Amino acid sequence: MGKDKNILLVGVGGQGTILASKLLSTAALSQGYDVKMSEIHGMAQRGGSVVTQVRLGTRINSPVIDQGEANMIVAFEQLEAYRWAHHLRKDGVLIVNSQKIIPLPVLIGAAVYPDNIIPRLRERIGRVVEADGLRLAAEAGHVRATNVVLMGICARFMDFPAEIWQDALKARIPEKLLQINRKAFVLGYDYAAAV
Amino acid sequence: MQTLMTGNEAIARGAYEYGVRLAAAYPGTPSTEILENLAKYPDVYSQWSPNEKVALEVGLGAAIAGARALVSMKMVGLNVAADPFFTAAYTGVRSGLVVVSADDPGMHSSQNEQDNRHYASFAKIPMLEPSDSQEAKDMVGLALTISERFDTPVLLRITTRIAHSQSLVELNDPQERPLRPYAKDARKYVMLPAHGKARRLVVEERLQRLVEYAETVPVNRLELRDRKIGVITSGVSYLYIREALPDVSVLKLGFTHPLPPQLIKNFASQVEKLYVVEELDPYLEKEVRAWGIEVNGKELFPPYGEFSAQLVKEKIRGESSVQAAPFEAPVRPPVMCPGCPHRGIFYTLKQLKLVVSGDIGCYTLGTMAPLEAMDTCICMGASVSGALGMEKAQPDLAGKVVSVIGDSTFLHSGITGLMDVVYNGGNSTVLILDNSITAMTGHQDNPATGKTLMGQPASKIDFVALARALGIRRISVLDPFDLDRAKEVIKAEVAAKEPSVIISRRPCALIVKTIDPPVEVHDCTGCKMCLKLGCPALAWDEEKKSVQVDTALCTGCGLCVNVCKFDALRKGGAH
Ligand SMILES: Cc1ncc(C[n+]2csc(CCOP(=O)(O)OP(=O)(O)O)c2C)c(N)n1
Ligand code: SF4
Ligand code: SF4
Repeated sequence: MGKDKNILLVGVGGQGTILASKLLSTAALSQGYDVKMSEIHGMAQRGGSVVTQVRLGTRINSPVIDQGEANMIVAFEQLEAYRWAHHLRKDGVLIVNSQKIIPLPVLIGAAVYPDNIIPRLRERIGRVVEADGLRLAAEAGHVRATNVVLMGICARFMDFPAEIWQDALKARIPEKLLQINRKAFVLGYDYAAAV
Repeated sequence: MQTLMTGNEAIARGAYEYGVRLAAAYPGTPSTEILENLAKYPDVYSQWSPNEKVALEVGLGAAIAGARALVSMKMVGLNVAADPFFTAAYTGVRSGLVVVSADDPGMHSSQNEQDNRHYASFAKIPMLEPSDSQEAKDMVGLALTISERFDTPVLLRITTRIAHSQSLVELNDPQERPLRPYAKDARKYVMLPAHGKARRLVVEERLQRLVEYAETVPVNRLELRDRKIGVITSGVSYLYIREALPDVSVLKLGFTHPLPPQLIKNFASQVEKLYVVEELDPYLEKEVRAWGIEVNGKELFPPYGEFSAQLVKEKIRGESSVQAAPFEAPVRPPVMCPGCPHRGIFYTLKQLKLVVSGDIGCYTLGTMAPLEAMDTCICMGASVSGALGMEKAQPDLAGKVVSVIGDSTFLHSGITGLMDVVYNGGNSTVLILDNSITAMTGHQDNPATGKTLMGQPASKIDFVALARALGIRRISVLDPFDLDRAKEVIKAEVAAKEPSVIISRRPCALIVKTIDPPVEVHDCTGCKMCLKLGCPALAWDEEKKSVQVDTALCTGCGLCVNVCKFDALRKGGAH
């Protein structure tokens, strides 16, 4: 078994971070890891910032990842990557979806969506993988599979055997959507190999 | 078999495994999923009650009748249920009764940060505090055992981190659901003063026995390691300590009311420096100090917010880690969804410049820019009664105040306020925002939705008939998307010199199955009126000098079409 791993999944309510965290925990559990996940939710409305913390290792105590201790951040949206980037370890990996979702304060002109987020993140973080998740998901068959594309990229940085991920997809995704999602996962996985 | 479960799922599982027959609750973050998960076990009868007081009384009734029962609520819910809670300590139970209070350190979704551990000592009721999901499940069983052995309700106190974190839980087969025979016992269950006085003594004597029990109960666990530092702790803080300081000695308290003095003194004498690490109030610390034990606590740790392993390391080891500064990112607050039925009402209230006595629910978001149409929000139900106080005491506000309250909140505790308005001759206008669901907490049914928690059809409260029965004569029903009519009706009712009720009726956008095609923009003049609605599907495009519709988000509700004076926004698919 590898070292303990702390993974933050950040995005906007409704983007499917929860399914992503379930794939990750299912895969990790089947590999014999202890897993803890923490996620503050409770508001029904879509559109707020959401974060799921996943910790895996031989024995995990705290369900919460300390600031500066995340080995990986999977950001489903650029601004959310920006918001959470300081939680990454120095040697951590940031996976960021190119999608931008404009928050209400920006829509009504009370705040500005920062420019050049990705280059600024690259300046500070050694390993940034940017992917156009929406495009890859559309290629796989449906934009809603963006979350699974991102998990395919994430899988490149985890040391689980490939078939473990396939089993996790099967366990967590309804039969009729499985094919699209399998494709989405592979597109993400291959994309990460190419960058 | 082991599976990952949230604390809430584990509590539901515990109720199922340990013979609970009845569970009742009113939703409230972070407790809601306990009953939502229990409803998946058909062997346990579970229900939403209209409020927490009713839920606790239903649970107590079941326990007095001979069945094991569980009642859950968010921490402010226990304020509402406090009346039966205190006296239940006197009556005791026939079969086990567990009351779950889910506290919210950090105020992720609450209006205050109260520490409900005080309720246990205030009401003289034993309390358990789990640290993870496995303990949460086990402690439901332990609570039922204690409840029956000591003839008392038991408080199971969790926090948001316990409720919403997932960890591994070992599943067991359910045991049988015991049902004790009922027998009348008026001296025990009729709390008139003479009986109450006798029971008062029982409560004190029981507390003494509970202290002895606390000394040896295995959930109060001494973990001796390096003796230089000893930490007394409970709940999620235990995990932060294990994470941050794996070598220190720990007294982990799972049973936190009443506290075990011998165990604590014994631990204190074995370590060089003693700390208490607890979120929120110095509940443990005060008690420990009262026994003359020197301890470090709240002079180091804040009495508010959540803790973390990092904080523990910092405060006890003095290791402050150098942190990378965050980038400056604009906030992304929760907003009313596209197509939300509440939006048009708040747009209208703002236009009419009314003083809005507000309440709690999705509609509280009407406080935020650009709507900014709420003046007060205190607790559930306070909109209606608060408005009465305003108009009675402040002549400047006469004819200017409206209260807004959701369907679930009105049924929870708005009805009595409305009764007060009628009885005491108020002139208020009460707007009931009936979106046919308890939306804020994740869409639970309530007495006006026609369905129960277990999915059975139910009778539906008729708000018009209810208002009429309370003595209201001016009652109107409107569609919140019809802005012209809404404005007209609200204006007329606020001006009327008698109380009125307006029912704004349209289901929550997230429960309607069919949505209309997105609106289309034709020759936008750039007046930006529609942006005052605060719909996340509408954005200003500076380059094109035009408003843009996010077609993936727009539900085609047509509200912005009604606001646009230039016919630039049109219903989609019309041509
Ligand atoms: C005493 C108490 N119990 C529970 C809650 C949690 N809570 C806040 S608002 C709300 C219900 C809101 O439903 P409704 O009034 O129908 O408005 P909606 O969200 O549907 O717009 C609940 C359960 C609370 N704040 N206080
Ligand atoms: S969940 Fe329903 S009531 Fe709440 S903001 Fe969204 S549409 Fe409105
Ligand atoms: S029709 Fe207008 S107000 Fe309604 S969801 Fe679409 S953009 Fe928002």
